[in-house]
Formats: sequence, C-alpha cells, structure tokens
Amino acid sequence: MSFTFRHLLGTEALSRGEIAFLLDQSRAFQGIQKQPLKKLATLRGKSAVLAFFETSTRTRISFATAAARLGADTMNLQAESSSTQKGESLVDTVRTLEAMKPDVIVIRHAASGAPHFVAERLGIPVINAGDGLHEHPTQGLLDALTISDRLGLLDALNVTIVGDIRHSRVARSNIHILSKFGCRITLCGPAMWLPPEMASMAPSIRIEPRLEEALRGANVVMVLRVQTERLREPALPADEYIRLYQMTPARLALAQPDAVLMHPGPMIRGLEIDPAVADSPQSSVLEQVTNGVAVRMALLYLLTGGAPSGAVPQAG
Amino acid sequence: MLLIHNGRVVDPSRSFDGLANVLIEGESIARVGPKLDASGAERFDASGLVVAPGFIDLHCHLREPGNEPAETIETGTRAAARGGFTAVCCMPNTQPVNDNASVTRFILDRAAATAIVRVWPIGAASHGSLGEGLAEFAAMKDAGIVAVTDDGKPIANAKLLRHVMEYARSLDLPVIEHSEDASLFAGGVMREGPTSVRLGLRGIPAVAESICVARDVQVCTLTGARLHIAHMSARESLDLVREAKRRGLPVTCEVTPHHFTLTDEDVVYDSRYKMNPPLASRDDRDALLAGLADGSVDAIATDHAPHTQASKEVEFDRAPFGVTGFETALSLALEALVHSGRAPLSRLVELFTAGPARVLGKKRVIAPGEPADLTLFSTEHRWTFRASESSSKSRNTPFDGRSFHGAPMATIVAGRVAWRREN
Amino acid sequence: MPTREKTQLLSAAQTGRTIERLGHEIVEKTGETHGIALIGIRRRGVPLAHRLAETIRAATGAEVPIGVLDITLYRDDLSLASAHPVVQSTEIPFCVDGRDLILVDDVLFTGRTIRAAINGLFDLGRPRRVQLCVLVDRGLRELPIEANYVGRRVESRPEDLVEVHLKEIDGEDRVLLERAA
Repeated sequence: MSFTFRHLLGTEALSRGEIAFLLDQSRAFQGIQKQPLKKLATLRGKSAVLAFFETSTRTRISFATAAARLGADTMNLQAESSSTQKGESLVDTVRTLEAMKPDVIVIRHAASGAPHFVAERLGIPVINAGDGLHEHPTQGLLDALTISDRLGLLDALNVTIVGDIRHSRVARSNIHILSKFGCRITLCGPAMWLPPEMASMAPSIRIEPRLEEALRGANVVMVLRVQTERLREPALPADEYIRLYQMTPARLALAQPDAVLMHPGPMIRGLEIDPAVADSPQSSVLEQVTNGVAVRMALLYLLTGGAPSGAVPQAG
Repeated sequence: MLLIHNGRVVDPSRSFDGLANVLIEGESIARVGPKLDASGAERFDASGLVVAPGFIDLHCHLREPGNEPAETIETGTRAAARGGFTAVCCMPNTQPVNDNASVTRFILDRAAATAIVRVWPIGAASHGSLGEGLAEFAAMKDAGIVAVTDDGKPIANAKLLRHVMEYARSLDLPVIEHSEDASLFAGGVMREGPTSVRLGLRGIPAVAESICVARDVQVCTLTGARLHIAHMSARESLDLVREAKRRGLPVTCEVTPHHFTLTDEDVVYDSRYKMNPPLASRDDRDALLAGLADGSVDAIATDHAPHTQASKEVEFDRAPFGVTGFETALSLALEALVHSGRAPLSRLVELFTAGPARVLGKKRVIAPGEPADLTLFSTEHRWTFRASESSSKSRNTPFDGRSFHGAPMATIVAGRVAWRREN
Repeated sequence: MPTREKTQLLSAAQTGRTIERLGHEIVEKTGETHGIALIGIRRRGVPLAHRLAETIRAATGAEVPIGVLDITLYRDDLSLASAHPVVQSTEIPFCVDGRDLILVDDVLFTGRTIRAAINGLFDLGRPRRVQLCVLVDRGLRELPIEANYVGRRVESRPEDLVEVHLKEIDGEDRVLLERAA
C-alpha cells in the first residue's frame, strides 16, 4: 500500500487503507521526534511554501517545524502582509509563488475549496492546512493517530464531538476519517450550530443536542473551540454556552473512564473547557500537538517524492 | 419577401400544429397556409424543422452600459439569436442603473445600432434600485420599458413594494420581483443542504425565496398589479404561485433552464455552478418540471448573466453569482420536457413564446399582420455546446461540453434572418 | 534478448555455516561481548542480526541487544525515485551513547547504505565505536567504507544482481548471483 495522490486536499476521498498507511508512516516520524537530534537531511534542498491566507500560529509553526526537521526550507506567506490585501487575485498570488519553484505548497484559506482551486492550476503538490468550513485533513489525521495510540485501535469507537459543528472543518475531517473505521459518531452542540444534514455525511452519525446524552459511553470526546471569528449569525451568549456545553469533570465522567479528551486548540479555558479537564490525565491535547508534527512530516515526505509521473489523482 | 416552407408550424396561441408555409413581406407575416403562391420570394427550406413564433427571453443581463468587458448589447444579442431568441428583455442593473428615460434611450439607441434581435428594456423599480424612492416609471415607459424590477435584489420592503405595484398598475406595467429574504440569504453561496454542509459552503435555505414570494403575493392582493416572479427555484414558491393563480390573482412566474436541469448535488468548487437563486434540491427541480408541464409556470427565461473570466476565476465564496444561458436554453428545454415525455412540443413553444408575451401584455402568434419574428429549430439535431464557440463575450456556463439532442436552427427577426446555423 | 544466468554462491547449509562463523568471529575479535549491540539494517540485516545474536548466546551465554535501523530517510537517492519509498520505523530500545555497535547487513556494495546507516546512528547519539558485519561483500565501492566481518567476497560487475534469501523473509537460505550473459 502506498499513497499515490499528488495532493492532500481532504480526507473524504481517502480509503480506510490509505488512512491506515498515512498513520503508519506518521509513526515512523513520531520516532524521530524522540531522538536527541531531530533533524534529518531527507528533504534537504527541497522547499515548502506556507501560504496562510488566514491567521494561524499553531498550524503554521507545526508545518514549519515539520519541514525544518526534514531539512527542507520554508517560505512564509501571511495574508496580512501579502499582496492579496492589495487586491491581487488568488490565481496571481499563487502563480507568483509557483514561479519561485517550491516543491510543495501548504495552504490555509478562509474560502472552502481554495486548495482545490490552487491544485487545479499549479503543477506543484498542495497540502490543505484548513479551507474555510470544509476540511482540515492533517488535523483529522493527527487526531486519529492520537486516538489510536491512546486506545490501541481506531475501530468501532464511540466518538462524541462537541461544539460549533456547523462551522468546523475539524469536525468534518474527523467524521470522514473515523466513519471509515466503523466509529459511531455523535455530534453535539447548540441547535443553530448543528445542521441535521450532517447526519448524512457518513454512516452511523447521530445528532444529539443534549450534552449529557451525547457523552454516555463515549470512548473519545472531542471538544471544539467556539469560533468567534467564523460566526456570522448572532452568537450564543458565552454564559449560555458554558451552562449547557462546557466540558467539566462531572460531564466528562459520563463518558468511559478511559475516554480520551481531545481539543484541536487553541483552548479558551473557562469557556468551552474547564481547566481541570484540560489538564487532566485524560487530556491528549499535548500529544495531539506532537503528533501534528509527525503527521505533517510524513505528508511532506510522501508528497515531495521525486518527479511526478503522469496524471495522478488528488486526495479529497 | 421570404417564404418559409415545408416546416412544422407550432403556434400554441392558435392551437395550431401542422405542416404549413409562412410568407413574410417586409417586417410582417403576410400569409400562413399549406400551399402559398410566392413567386419572387426568397425561399427558406424548413424541412424537418419546427417553425415557432419568435422566442422571447423575459430575463437577461446585457451589461451595457457599465460592464462591457463582460458583454455588450451587440454580443449579447448575437448569443441570443444563436439561442433562437427574437426578443430579449434586459434587466436594469447596469451602470448606471436604468432608472430614468435617458438610460432607457441609451440602451435602445445602442440596440438600434448594434443588436440583431429586439431589445425590450426593463426599468428599475426604485431609484438606483436602492430601495428608497420610486424610479421614473412614466418617463421610462414612454422611452420604451416593458416592466419594472429591482432584479439582483428584492424590492426592499413591503411598503415600497405596495407603492411600486400601485404606480406600475396605473401605467399597466408588470412588476418583476427577485424574491429573496436578505437576512436568510446573508453570506450564502449555494442552497443549504447535504452538499453545502459537505463542501463547507454557506447555505441559503429554500425558505429565503418562498418567504419573499409569500410577501409579494400578499401585496399583490392589496394592489391588483401584475406580479411576475423571476427565476423561481423552489417548490414552496411554485405552490404559492399556483395558489395565487387559483384565487385569480395576476401572478405569473418563470423558471431558468439551469434550475430545471441541475441541482445542488451538481455543485463543485467551480464558480460556473454559482448563481442566484442557487441550484436547488432534486425535489424542487421535480416540482418545477411538473409546473412547466402543467401550465403553472408561465415562461422559461434564461437569466443570462455574463461575467468576465477574471471575475469568475476566483474562490467559490468570492465569485459573483451568475451563468450565461442564451445558447443552451432551447436544447435543455427539449431534453427536460419533450424528449423526456413530460410535455408536448406545443407546451414547450408556449413557454418560450405565448407565455412570456402574456406576462408583458403582448401577443406572440404566427398570423397575417403580426411581426415576422420566427424561431426555427430542430428537435433532432445533435450537437455539442462549447463555451469557447459562444457568441457571448463570457464563458461562465455549467454546460460547456454538454451534448444535446435538438437545437435552434434559425432566428428570424422583423422578416430578416438574424442568424442561421451553419452545418 | 540478453539472458540472465543465476549461479548459486551459497547453499542453505553454506549460508547457515557462514553466519555461524561470523558470529564466532565477532566473539573472538570483540572479547567482552556483553558490551556490544547489534544493529540490523532493514530489511534482511534484521534476521541476520538475530541469528548472529543467537550464535553469540550459544557460544558465550551473553544476551546481545538488537536494534533495527531503517535508513530510508537517510538515503542520498530519494530525489531520483518516482515516489518517496515507504518509511519503516527504527527501533533501537537501548541508548546508543558510548556503545560498541555492529551494523549488520546482507550485502555490501557501493557503501551508500552504510553511509546512511552511520548518519542515522549518529542522530541517535554518540556511539563509542561502530563496526560492520555483512554476509556478502560484492566490491564496487563508491565510498571509502569497508566491513570488519565478511561472510563471503564475490567479484561482481555493476549490472549483476546479488540476491540473498533468508528463511525468515524468503522461506529459504540461499545466496545467488545473477549475471547478464
């Protein structure tokens, strides 16, 4: 089994076998991170453009670290300081970058489908680091890796995702990945952030607005952040959200005793998550960060392989 | 003199469907009949073709004045002629907005100089289409508008709509309404549903349209003005229009070819699938097809909305709404209605001729004395539409590369062949 | 069409005896074998390392630790491949610092694999000494690298193939030389 895709645009089109392969490769890179000398020369001479049209510190640093550990160079594009602010179209920005001849482009953008748009027009591999509301495939993969390491398996788990599901690309990527392993996924949150249509995204998805019901028997609890920058409808008052959906120790206790508590970060302690939960042994938040670098190293390694041979499909 | 002979004349206003010849003298129809004496007339052999009254498109955007890079009256009407349209009603959301007689006259002057089909301008309902004061209906009517609308948006509020309707009624102008609730629409780029959720694109619920249709119909009951619902896309909207008709209200509606052909499931990250109203659900499409067949829908209108490549070739979220449509309308209608067996050919012809004419308070019939506007088409001719070959300046169509069974073959306007297909 | 002729260099029995002999050589030359550790280079270096450890244990009673090294990420020819090859994990369950290591591989050829292996080891720590044990040395070195323990030397041309089969992976023990005629 190998990864024949030229781009990683999403997880929806990945088969279970391909996901398992990516997780497996990521494990090899987990090992490197434990060594005293974490830097390889594997991608020496290769360069990655980190084209972040949406602010992000964590994901960008994670990709930059991954590239650096493989010996690759990175070039940074940040929207606030880029020519997109001056009205340059995405097509032109991206062609300019292409002319610098990078080996891979990592793109985060506020518009769903922007990485697809770029991939269709460039002859360079594209990794989606988060597009609008659509997907955040590397987050989904690192979450799966974290679950798999903690619980020993990914199959047939009860997974509960809590928060602003409607606007969450993290939720969507996780749904696509975990459903392929037969997981039963429960989506929970305030009604206006919980579109009923999401139940049809994959088999075995349950919509449950009551947090207590949603948590019963869960092996994995994913708490999403409240994305104030993405909300366009009237926002729910913070106190209401805390009262109904904050992950507290009492609520987490409704899940399985060894349930993994996850959060994509950044957390707002006291809003969606009680600090005691964030720091509890069940919390895998820091492992998620470490695994993020491993997953991104694996993808940079796999997608910058040699010369492209003919038309190869794109994942996602 | 021009003799169109051997064609199958389909004229729904006279319930006529049979082989007949049509003799044209000057700009009018002189005679219609099985054998006509026409020595000295130029002959046009319409064997194997349908001869219909000239098609009317109630809804299109010609972009001149103001956005000539996307389309001009000249290029738009050339595309319209290739689609079999003999008359097109152009929307007022130009730059400047057609809200006064001088812009109306400008459009008509440009049409006289460059258009190869008839151009019937539609005037704005409010000044600048800004939803505040009324536009100059009487002056525009004298200049030549055939209806009023704030298309691109709904008429801003019920009170203004009432005034628009009362005033339009007094001048015997129909009011065309782009029905949309702005608050439910806000930020949306496609129909809300499983596809929008999967693609992560903000969705617009069907109710955003039907809420406004309900409002419009209610204000119509208050004023008795002729109300025409533009580019109707939802089952609920059609139900409201049917109910209004049942109650005897002067409400009519149109459906675009893309709405009776595609659905939200066809949407991908390609702005050629982005238009307003957005592609709707399968259930909506089925309802629209039923309405087209059973007479509840009065007209097929293209909402031809050209945009430059540069403006459309951006992320889906940022792209402007709209697709072109003149050249594919008839072929799509033949596929959806006639070849599928949903409706007889005469019904299809009605949707392009008598139906839109009625909305405008006009007639469209092949009879002596009537304008010699005819659309000749084949129900069998197989062809493939290529956007690169379009006469429009713009290429934003979801039907590029689509193969069709049936096509317009010639367009006759005021007695002259404005366009005929080369084979 | 060029025919390729396969000659057997070592039979099953010969392969077994060669590995045993190598094990004994290691014991003889390193003296205090409880200080050393074997690092098998994936793939076939791994079962070889296990067999050497077994011979050493049978001879001296000492348990020699074994680590597994994947050198994919250290190769110098990745950009020539049509796709980056699958990475396997490196598993060295002991500290490398200050240790006497013996790298174990099936065939020593250009020396590039060993160069990569040494780079990999040094990313893990600072060994005291690194030696090399190979089953077959086929010459044609492109780097200044030599093995300390060699099972069999073979003269080969660059276009020849030397195939090592080991029971644990290939179901049989055999060493073959495939020559273009």
